[in-house]
Amino acid sequence: MAILVDASTRVLVQGITGREGTFHTQQMQAYGTRVVAGVVPGRGGGEALGVPVFDTVADAVAGTGADAAFTIVPPAFAADAVMEAAAAGLRLGVCVTEGIPVLDMVRATAYVERTAMRLIGPNCPGVMTPGECKIGFIPNHVARPGRVGVVARSGTLTYEVIQGLSDAGYGETTAVGIGGDPVLGSTFVDILPLFAGDPATEAVVLVGEIGGSDEERAADWMRSTGFDKPVVAFISGRTAPPGKRMGHAGAIISGTTGSAQSKIDALGAVGAAVADTIEDVIRLVGERLSRR
Amino acid sequence: MKLLEHQAKRQFARVGIAVPAGRLARTPEEAADAARELGRVAVKAQVPIGGRGKAGGIAVVDSPEEARREAARILAMEIRGFPVRSVWCERGLQIAHELYLGITLDRDRRRLVLILSAAGGMEIEEVAATSPERIAKLWPDPFAGPQPFEVRALAFSALAHAPALAESRSRLASRLVPLAQTLHRLAVDLDAVTCEINPLVVTPEGELVAADGKLEVDENAEYRHPDLVAELARDVEGEDGKSGEDPYEAEAKRRGLTYVHLPGGSIGCIGNGAGLVMNTLDLVQKVGGRPNNFLDVGGGAGAEKVRNSLAMVLSDPDVRGVFINIFGGITRGDEVARGIVRARDELGITLPLVVRMTGTNEEEGRRILTEAGITPGISAPEAARTIVELVGRQAGGAPQPPDAPR
Repeated sequence: MAILVDASTRVLVQGITGREGTFHTQQMQAYGTRVVAGVVPGRGGGEALGVPVFDTVADAVAGTGADAAFTIVPPAFAADAVMEAAAAGLRLGVCVTEGIPVLDMVRATAYVERTAMRLIGPNCPGVMTPGECKIGFIPNHVARPGRVGVVARSGTLTYEVIQGLSDAGYGETTAVGIGGDPVLGSTFVDILPLFAGDPATEAVVLVGEIGGSDEERAADWMRSTGFDKPVVAFISGRTAPPGKRMGHAGAIISGTTGSAQSKIDALGAVGAAVADTIEDVIRLVGERLSRR
Repeated sequence: MKLLEHQAKRQFARVGIAVPAGRLARTPEEAADAARELGRVAVKAQVPIGGRGKAGGIAVVDSPEEARREAARILAMEIRGFPVRSVWCERGLQIAHELYLGITLDRDRRRLVLILSAAGGMEIEEVAATSPERIAKLWPDPFAGPQPFEVRALAFSALAHAPALAESRSRLASRLVPLAQTLHRLAVDLDAVTCEINPLVVTPEGELVAADGKLEVDENAEYRHPDLVAELARDVEGEDGKSGEDPYEAEAKRRGLTYVHLPGGSIGCIGNGAGLVMNTLDLVQKVGGRPNNFLDVGGGAGAEKVRNSLAMVLSDPDVRGVFINIFGGITRGDEVARGIVRARDELGITLPLVVRMTGTNEEEGRRILTEAGITPGISAPEAARTIVELVGRQAGGAPQPPDAPR
C-alpha cells in the first residue's frame, strides 16, 4: 500500500519539452513511472521522450487516460497550468515550479478546491512511492519500499531522511515533499490523514521548518483525531533571525509567528519525538517502530 | 519589496482613495516650498523601515523656515541603517476617529484576508493579541472579490466595539464598502502581500482619509511591476549607491546568490537546499559555533557556482572557516568537489574548509577532495564539530539579527 501514487498512476507532463522538464521526465521514466503524455500548447500531434504530446491537458486525458500531472513550467505560467490540470479532471497534480507569484497561487488553490484534484506543491520536490512511481525530483537511488511515511517542506532534507530510512532498513511507504512556498496545495494536515488511512505506513517522519503555522496545525490535528501512529519530527531554522526569508519564500519568521521553538513545542506536546539531527530522526524511528 | 509611504499614498490616490495633501522634498529648500504651499505640515522621513517617529524622523512644522531647518536635520539622518533620501511634507488632518483597514496574506486559509478594526493607529498585531474581539476579518473569494454585504457585515462587527461611532455606523459601513473593494483591487493589481491603511482617519465630516500607507509587493511578482521596482531603487539608493541594505546581501543579490548575512558570526555556511542550509546553521550553533551566513547553492549547482559561493562567503573578513554541507540529489558531488578545489586554488584560501558530502557521485567527490588535501566527512553533526574546533568557539549565543524590516 501507499498514498497518492503507485504503479498504476498514469502521468502527463506539462512542460515536457523544456530543459528541466526533459531531464526530470527521463529520470522518472528510468525509475519506472508510467509517463503517458506530454502537454505543450502548440506542439500537439508531436512526440517527446517516446510519448505523444498534446495541446491541452483535456486532450491528453482523452487520448491517454492520464490521471496525474507533473507540472514543470516557468513561474509566470505555472498557476494557469495547475488550473488547467484541475479542470481536466485529474486526480493528482504535482507542481515543482519555484517562484510563482503568491496571489497566482491564491487563485489557483481556490480553483483547485472546487475540483476533485489534490495539488502537491508548488516549489516542492514531488512524491515518490519507492519501487512504483515517482513524480518530481527525488533522486532515484535513495529510496526503498518499506514502513515509514515521509512528509516534508524541504527537498534536500526529504532526500536525507529517505536515504537514512533506507540505509537503516526501514524503507518508506510514500514520501511527499509538500513544498517551501507560503501558499501550498497540500500541507501536513492534508497528508497526515492519508498516512493514517494507509495500513502499510507504521510511522511518519514530519520535516518542518520556520515560517507559517502548518506544523502547529499538524499538532492540533494529531491531538483532535487521536492519531496513533508514531511521529518523528524535525524542524530546521532554529538559528534563523526574524524577518529574513531563508531560501524558501515561506521560510520566514514574521512577528511572533513561525519560530522553530513554537513548532517544536507544539509537536512535542502531542507526543511526537522531535529530533535535533537527521541521524537522530532515524534512531528515533527505529525506537518507535520496535515498540509497536 | 516594501514601498515608501509616499509611493503607497500615490498608489492610493491613483485608485481614488483619499489621502492628505502632500509634497515630496529631496532638499530643505523643497520642504520650505511645500510648507509655503500647504501651511502647517508634518515632515516625514521616507525610509523602508518602521520606527522612524521614535528615531526623530518626523517633525510637525508651522513655517517654511522651520520646515527648511527640520528637513535639513532629517535628511542628514540615517534611520536604522537607512539613509534618508527624501521627506514627505503632508498637511495635517482633522481627526474624529482612527480606524484600521488592511489586507494581508493568510497562509493557513490560502487567501487574502481583509482586516478592519475601530482601534486604528495602533500596531494591529498588538490589538490582535490584547483585544482580538476588536478585530473583524473577511476572506474574500479571490475571483469575486469582497461583496458589499460582506464588507457591511465586517464593518458592523468591527464598529460594534466603538461606542463613539454608534451613531455614524450605518454611514461609515456604506462608505467602507467601495473603499474596501478598491483596496482589494489595488492589492491584487500590485501583487501586494500587505496593503494597509493605519490609521484610516474619520474626519469630523465623516470622510475616510488614508493617513498612513504600507504596501509590500510579493518578491516573486516583481517582474510584473518593473516601474515600481525602478522607482523604489531610485528613491532608496541615491547617487552614492548606498541603500541601507546589508552590503553583503546586496552584493549577493547582484551575483544571483541566495544568501542571508548574520553579521558577527565566524563560520561561513554553504549547502544545497534551503532546509539543509538552515539545519547546517543549527548544527554549528548547537556545538558552540556562530554561523556568519546562510547560502543555498540550490539544486544542480555546478563547479562555477560553488566557486562563486565560496568567494561570496569569504568576502566578510569575520569568516574564519567554512562548512560546506552537500547532499547530492540533482547536485553531483564530483562537480561540487571540483568547485571547492578550484576556489581554494584560485582564491588562495588558507582558512579551514570542512566538507560533508553524501549522495550522487559521492565517492568521486570525496576522491577529488582527498587528493587535493581536503578531508571530506560523512556525518553532518561531526563535520559541524570539526569546523567549530578548527575556528574556535564563539561566545554570544544566537547571532543578532540585523534590524528587522517593519
